[in-house]
Amino acid sequence: MQRNLMIKTVVIVATVLICIFGIIGFPRSLEGLKANVAHNIHLGLDLKGGSHLVLQVQVQDAAKTQADQAIEQLREETRTRNIIVNSLDRNDPETLKDTDSIQINIHGVDSSRTQIFRNMVTEKFPDWVLTGVNATDYRMNMKPSALLELKRDTVTQSLQTIEKRVNALGLTEPTVQAHGDPVTQSEILVELPGEGDPAHVKDIIGATAQLKIVEVKNEGPWKTREEALAAKGGILPLNTELREFVAAGSSGGWYLISRTPVITGQDMRAARAATDPDSPGRWETSFTLSQDGARRFEKFTQANIGNRLAVVLDTQIRSVATIQSAISDSGRINGLASDQEAQDLALVLRTGALPAGIKYLQERTVGPSLGIDSIREGIYSGIAGLIAVVIVMLIYYKKAGVNAVLALLLNTILLMAALCYFGATLTLPGIAGIILTVGMAVDSNVLIFERIREELRAGKSIPAAVEAGFGKAWWTIVDTHVTTIVSCLFLFLFGTGPVRGFAVTLVIGLLANVFTAVFVSKVIFDWELSGRQQITELSI
Amino acid sequence: MELFKKTNFDFLGHKWPFIIASLVLSVAGLVSLAVKGGPKYGIEFKGGMIMTVKFANKPDIEKIRSVLSKVLSSPPSVQTFEGGSDQNEVEIEVGVDNSGSKDADATLAKNRQSVVDTLAQTFGQPGNGKLDLNNATAGQLSARLVDPLQRAGVQLSQQQVDELATAIIGWRDQHGGLVTKFDDLRAVPGVTPQVLNVLNQEIYAAPYTAARNIEIVGPKVGADLRQQAINATLLALGGMLVYIWFRFEWVYGVGAVIAVFHDTIITIGLFSIMNKEISLTVIAALLTLVGYSMNDTIVIFDRIRENLHLNRRERLEDVINRSVNQTLSRTVMTSGLTFLAVLALFLFGGPVLHGFSLALVIGIIIGTYSSVFVASPIVLVWHNWADKRKKTAPELPASAPRVGSVKPAVPGKGSTRVAK
Repeated sequence: MQRNLMIKTVVIVATVLICIFGIIGFPRSLEGLKANVAHNIHLGLDLKGGSHLVLQVQVQDAAKTQADQAIEQLREETRTRNIIVNSLDRNDPETLKDTDSIQINIHGVDSSRTQIFRNMVTEKFPDWVLTGVNATDYRMNMKPSALLELKRDTVTQSLQTIEKRVNALGLTEPTVQAHGDPVTQSEILVELPGEGDPAHVKDIIGATAQLKIVEVKNEGPWKTREEALAAKGGILPLNTELREFVAAGSSGGWYLISRTPVITGQDMRAARAATDPDSPGRWETSFTLSQDGARRFEKFTQANIGNRLAVVLDTQIRSVATIQSAISDSGRINGLASDQEAQDLALVLRTGALPAGIKYLQERTVGPSLGIDSIREGIYSGIAGLIAVVIVMLIYYKKAGVNAVLALLLNTILLMAALCYFGATLTLPGIAGIILTVGMAVDSNVLIFERIREELRAGKSIPAAVEAGFGKAWWTIVDTHVTTIVSCLFLFLFGTGPVRGFAVTLVIGLLANVFTAVFVSKVIFDWELSGRQQITELSI
Repeated sequence: MELFKKTNFDFLGHKWPFIIASLVLSVAGLVSLAVKGGPKYGIEFKGGMIMTVKFANKPDIEKIRSVLSKVLSSPPSVQTFEGGSDQNEVEIEVGVDNSGSKDADATLAKNRQSVVDTLAQTFGQPGNGKLDLNNATAGQLSARLVDPLQRAGVQLSQQQVDELATAIIGWRDQHGGLVTKFDDLRAVPGVTPQVLNVLNQEIYAAPYTAARNIEIVGPKVGADLRQQAINATLLALGGMLVYIWFRFEWVYGVGAVIAVFHDTIITIGLFSIMNKEISLTVIAALLTLVGYSMNDTIVIFDRIRENLHLNRRERLEDVINRSVNQTLSRTVMTSGLTFLAVLALFLFGGPVLHGFSLALVIGIIIGTYSSVFVASPIVLVWHNWADKRKKTAPELPASAPRVGSVKPAVPGKGSTRVAK
């Protein structure tokens, strides 16, 4: 019996030591202790300060791009097969929900070439379904499987690009991950610990940066859009668009540019920011091209010496230049207003364009000062609660109260150590969970002690009363713990970061409690009872 | 020390006053909810923006509200951050247009910038050309100080300047996020008198900081979350019902669930009466209470079952009464101790946990009360009603799992307990 007790005690002591090590390591000094604790306990954003962002990928943008590319291809294919088509256009789904409704309309197909047209579409456009609207008009919609793939790919690519951008900013331990159900929700979670002002980061993350270099038609520039339109008789030639170049002097104005780019952001390999040698006080971003891109660019510039080209970023012309000789591998975007702007553009070019726009659904930014205040308040209330509970237990249960207090302290240590070892995140509700654990852990001891008191009143001998108390209370303890743990399970499934932290700490605390309140308490009682031969009185 | 040695209070005999009290509280809560058009949703449930701003001195709330109303698309709500140790923090809340328009997000972003700018204009000194220390990040501070430090002859590398800026901002955050007197900065390692001079030239300390907390939620997110919260609560209640049905008899499950449901209604009702916000953490507290309130109820039911095994002849009402009396000591002690813990949280836990800890404080009191005065009477009332219809004594199914080491009394053999 004695040896059994020894083994149990050794187990308990060993557990305590492992736990303490997990929390504070082997500190050499008070400073070392604080540093170790800070290192081992992983604080949530609401305690450390930082930014929590939920973004939604606007997949409908990617669907529109896909449709545009299909339209271009349709033009090519109908031309090579000599099929006359009046016009091609697509609808404009504006929100994420409408993505599936993307549709291409084909008007006025030469009815004598109907069969050739249908065959061509079936062969060359496997992702689309062709439906006849009337004798000469058709519409094309994306197949559900193709839509699914588009959504998945767009979200994945967005996630990778955002991750690259966030990492390129050199922030501490950022997190970028998929959020929610990727097929229906298209959400991405970005967490930036320690970031008190995420405005700049948000701009970088969301910059679409569709960059392209296009041919400028040999007319213009015009002062206003209306003038330009009037000069072309109200209708723009096929495959062109009007864009504005905001610049001082004669080169500013509206230009007629080709819709089909010679070079896009995909072809760019490296980008750097530097001061602009041509305009003092301004900056520029230079880039180099991939091999394939360089080849195309060389061919284009060779064939267009004397013509102009424009660098278009999103919907704005950023620079216009006359081609003086064949350029093959690099280019510059100049006239940028500040070093920051040039650096940002370089970063965005380096990481590649986003395939679709980004909408910010949710943001929570906790300043570090509030986090520090919260930690302090959490610790104060924890100590206050602990002291109150300890005092009451000691008064009400006397020496057995000491037993309970020891179990309680061990419980808290176990809980903290579990958080450290599992790398679980401690949030402010998590601290509340620890305090709640203190209150609830005591319940198990109360159950056991009250039972022991009852058994003593019923006349059992002291050892028998202790045994009976522990035995009878066991199932009730299990029941009470299970119900709260089940609640926490729902909380975990349903909640976000801080709420999950609470559920996790409470569950770990309760599980640890089963160990301390039953096993450890019993061992302490057994020690007390084993010491003397005849025990006449139990302090409870 | 023992408070409840041999109590013999006839709980069930006096059940009606307590049931009526419960009903009155519940109805009061529901009326309040109806009158106020539903619970006061936190920002996560209704969308919008909430910004926490801390002032060096007690702020004039009316002034803040009027100044902001002029620049925002809809009038903001400004109130003190409740539960804080001082009264100098305010929460500025700007709602969002829930009609689902595309511009809702752009409006939110614009509103946020408007608030920041307006605060700077009203309380700061934006025209003096200096950087506001209380609203700057370490990066901004470092960028601002590099050249002036050079010119002042302070030899520091870029990295050292970054570290100095981080140290200053860190010190500011350790002391509540607000620097009021520049001289205080002498305490930061690395701030020599020379550096302090440069600081005096380049930066100033506005009497407020808007860098405490900001939360922005789009309108659609809020609606989704509300639905999820309701689902989670109903699921949790359902889970409890199943568990207790499994461990006891189904009517016990119903009694327990009604008691817990009543707790939730009363807590939400009280929140409505006191005009407190129902935030995400408050829902977390409510879900925790669902589990916790079950504990008390289960302990009493456990004892009822044990006593029924031992004394099959006794009236159910007497058995329940005795069980409640026997467990009274434990119930009061446990609830009291847990109450002490959450009370500490409520008093000292700070403003962020205010709603959460209040929900727990109310919930524990009501939960204990309902376990004793609501759950058991429901079981009794049901059994009596069932008895009248079937004219059989209440009995537990033989398949019910046993409690601890107590064996069901076998007719003809003596009881295993030695009574004295």
